[in-house]
This record gives sequence, C-alpha cells and structure tokens, in this order.
Amino acid sequence: MGGYIVRRSLLSIPLLLVISFLTFALSHLSPLDPAEAVLQAQGVPRITEELIAATKAELGMDRPFLVRYADWLVSSLKLDFGSSYVTGKPVWSLLGPAFANTLKLTLISVVAIIVMSIALGVLCALREGKWTDKSVRGVSFLLTAMPSYWLAALLIWYFSVKLDWLPTSGMDSYLSYVLPVIVLTINYAGIYFRVVRSSMLSQLNEDYVLYGRACGLPERNITMRLLRNSMQVAVSVFGMAIPILLGSTVVVENVFAWPGLGTLTVNAILGRDFPIIQAYVLILAAAFVLFNTVSDVINAALNPKLRKEL
Amino acid sequence: MNIFRNVWKDKLAFLSMSVVAAIVIVGLFAPVFAPHDPNEANMELRFASASWEYWLGNDHLGRCILSRIIYGIRPSVLWVFVALAASAAIGAAVGFLAGYFRGRTDAVLMRICDVMLSFPGYVMSLAVVGILGAGLDNILIAFVLMKWAWFARVIRTSVMQYAEADYVRFSRAIGTGHIAIMAKHVVPVSLPDIAVASSSAFGSMILQISGFSFLGLGIQAPHAEWGMMLNEAREVMFSRPGLMLAPGLAIVIVVSAVNFLSDALQTALDPKLMKSGKKRQEQAAAASARLEGREVA
Repeated sequence: MGGYIVRRSLLSIPLLLVISFLTFALSHLSPLDPAEAVLQAQGVPRITEELIAATKAELGMDRPFLVRYADWLVSSLKLDFGSSYVTGKPVWSLLGPAFANTLKLTLISVVAIIVMSIALGVLCALREGKWTDKSVRGVSFLLTAMPSYWLAALLIWYFSVKLDWLPTSGMDSYLSYVLPVIVLTINYAGIYFRVVRSSMLSQLNEDYVLYGRACGLPERNITMRLLRNSMQVAVSVFGMAIPILLGSTVVVENVFAWPGLGTLTVNAILGRDFPIIQAYVLILAAAFVLFNTVSDVINAALNPKLRKEL
Repeated sequence: MNIFRNVWKDKLAFLSMSVVAAIVIVGLFAPVFAPHDPNEANMELRFASASWEYWLGNDHLGRCILSRIIYGIRPSVLWVFVALAASAAIGAAVGFLAGYFRGRTDAVLMRICDVMLSFPGYVMSLAVVGILGAGLDNILIAFVLMKWAWFARVIRTSVMQYAEADYVRFSRAIGTGHIAIMAKHVVPVSLPDIAVASSSAFGSMILQISGFSFLGLGIQAPHAEWGMMLNEAREVMFSRPGLMLAPGLAIVIVVSAVNFLSDALQTALDPKLMKSGKKRQEQAAAASARLEGREVA
C-alpha cells in the first residue's frame, strides 16, 4: 500500500509540471500584449510604444519565454504569484482569503451533497419503481435542468426579499451560508444520487443478497452490506466532488456576492488581470490533481485489485 | 428503424423530441417567428407587462421579450450544438484512432487526453475566456478545447469493444484495409454510443454556457442570449422579479427536453436497460456512474 501511494504521487508530478507550463503559456495566446494589458488595466490614458517597452523591461517581460516560465514556477511554489495588474497588490494577498472563503462554502456544500445523495440514492434504490423513487427522480430531473443562478435568484427573491428570513448576499453570518449551500446541493446531489442509486441497484442482484435473505438476515443488515459495497463507485465520484465544486462555484458566488475565488476571478477576467487568472488556474489545477490522487489512493485501499495496476 | 420505433413508443420522449425540434426550427427561422425586432428599444414601453402586441412584455429598454427569447435560441442552443458537434467530432476521430489501432497510438493519444482531463474543465474554459477576452466565440472555442478529450475517452472505450469483435478480425484476416474496416464495421456500430454521449453532454453544456453569459463573459450587448437576459433582469430583481421568468423557463424547458431525449435514447439503444431495469450488469452501472460524474465537470 505504501508503495502504491508513493508511485501514485510520483505520477502526479509530471502532470503538475505540464499543467503549470500550459497555464503559463496560456497568457501568451492572448491577442493582447501583456505589457499593454498592464497599462490598460492601470487605466493609462495614452499608451505609446516607449511606454510599452518600459513596462516590459520593468516587469522583466523582455526576457526569454522559458526563463520567465522557470522564474514564475519557482516563485509560484513560494505562493508568490506576482502582483495584480489592476491594484498592484500581491496576488496571494487577494487570492488567499478568497480561496479560504470558497473552501468554506465548498466543504459545507460537499458534506450536504454527500449526505443528501446517499440518503436519496438509498431511498430510491430500496423503493425502486415505486412512487417515492419516481417522484424523487422526477423532481431532481426538473431541478437539475435549472440554471443554478436562476434557482439562486428565485430563492433569494422568495426567502430573502419576500419572507426576509435570510440575507440576500455577502458572507456576514452563518445564515449567509444557507442559500448558496442549498443551491449547490440541489445542483449536485441531483446528479450524484443517481450514481448511488444505480450502484445500489446493481448490487441488489448479487448472490450475497439472496443468500443473506435466504439465511433470514434482517433486512437492515443486508442494506448496510449493500451500502458498503456500493460505496466503491460513489467514493471515486465523491472524491472528485470537492475540486469540481471548488472550480464551479463561480456562478453561485457571483449571484450571492460571495467574497470568494469565483467573484475575484470573474472580476479579473473582465479587467484582464492576467496574474490573478494564472494563479487561479494553477491553484485549482493543483487541487484537482491532488484530490484525484487522494481518491485513487482511497479506492486502492478499498479494493486491493487496483493496487497492482500501477 | 427499431430505435425510432422505441423512441416513438415513449410518449414523453416523443414530446421532448417535438419540443427540441420546434425550438430548433423557431431558432433557425427566427426572423419569421419573431413579432418584433429584438434590438428595437422603445423607452415608452419600459417594463410594460404582457399585451396582445408584446406577448411576454418588454424589458428595461422596452424591447420585446418574446422576440429576444426567439433570437436568443441561436446563441443559447444552436451555437452550443455546433460547439458540441465540433468537440464530438474531434473526440470521435481521436477515439477511433486510439481504440482501433491500440498500441503506441493509443498510449500517446490517451496520455494527451489524461492531461486534458486532469484540468478542471470549467476552470480552464474560464481561463481561456479570460485570456482571449469575453465573447460567445471565445466561450465556444474554450468549450471545444476542453470537451473533446472527454468524448475521445468515451468513444475509445466503445470502439475497443467492437474492434476486437470476430467479424472485424475476419475482415482483417481476409485483407480488408483499415479504413474500409473502420467505415464499415467500427464507425456504424459505435455511432449510437457517440449519440448517447453527446446528448448527455448537451444539457449541461447549455447550462454552463448560459452561465458564462450570465457572468457577462459571453455574447455582448445588444444581442439577445438567455443567460444575458437573466443577467440584465438581475439588475431589477427586487423591483421586477417577473423579468427573470421567461428566459429562465426557456432554459429549463430546453434542458429538460434534451435530458429526457438523452435518457430515452440511452434506453432505446441499450436493450439491456430496456428489457428489465433490474438485470443491469455491474460494469454498465459503473460506466454510467463515471459518465454522469464527469458530466458535471
């Protein structure tokens, strides 16, 4: 097992390198010259050739591409992503707190999503084809077809404006979490509970269930066994839920004015603030790779067959 | 033909098929169906409610909401479909090559796909849009760049089942060329899998792209797009919540119709699922679970 963890972790290092290179190269695909972007972002009224050249020299953009990449990579490892083109503040001082805020929202939502998915998935699997199963699936079908920002707006309108129970936006108290978490949970649990349901259903036809019933095991024990065995598929899906959610809270954060990564990045995109965009992609890609590795390791721990593959 | 008969039998599937067809036709011939010019501002009619002249009322610039919804079909649904088709085509080409030739070709192509899939797709689309600048074309490019690898994976898996079938081996043994074998024996049998994969991705893609427009990264004013219309409606959310209704419902209707159709297609194409929902094989369930899990990314 220890060997597997080492091998799997080593495998993710070249991947991270490729990702960091692509992230860095991405900003050179832009039709806009980075030096020009800096000047535009700072709101310089007249951008002359000399000014662009001077900015380039000042930011070290006149050095060869690979040198700059190596430089950027080394300083990124120290969480130094340069400074924002717009405000001039260090990127990490903006990104760090935003990342923490998004992480809080994500972790709470992931817990809610996992609880809801397992509860609904098990319920539907045990009542397959019955009224409960059909209505849960029908409602979830409709809810997952809703754009999350629309659902969010409807909830804000009803609970915050009409009933005045919850804050409309921001992150002031624990009450602020309620609506964003509900929106994210509805969006993702509606998809994940199907995974739990179908893996439960496939287990229901296994011989051990028949055998257990034949032996007169109480139905509750059988259900627990079913649950444990069907979790294998679910673990790999849930393992990825955290990074996926980290990367896709953008829209929901925007609606609720959540001071997180999404809001920061959308503003950076609109202001063409490349260092923030780069740092955002790098951090999330690294989180993605990290969680991928962890979920593979957990899977290998649950299923010894997988350990031999690597 | 059996496929069509099965889809036909299912009334809900038939209904969603008609909804999708109707939306495509209305979108294609938007100038014929739209009662007004979608960009014609009329300040006297600001926030006017529904009337015989303007069925869905008017927005903050007095523009006809119905016409804007109708013209919005083009970027919100039709262009998304084009992006979907492009990424499915690239993915299919890669998937066929990898799944059929195996060996080194497969290894190289799949490593590339691995790298692509190890990126969080949504984040990368956001980054590409951020670097290239806001606009519908850049969003579509970003989505094609991110989605093809997923299609390549799914299609490769499907091709691999057929590439080792006895009839393919027989063809190879009697000296049929690779291209002929692919065209005759591999592509036709894996087309259903491509259809299922693309239709299952379509709904989520419509949602994601409209989300980008909602953030103001998509199509630029004054053009109509559903996500954009919701963004505009958000400004007056507290005073005129009714404006959020029409574009939101349009998205919900299209996405649920597409998802229904995709489910029906999956059932119609997979006899295993159809005969008895209970006798599913573990592998199929695991595969579909993986498919669904990825869909969100």
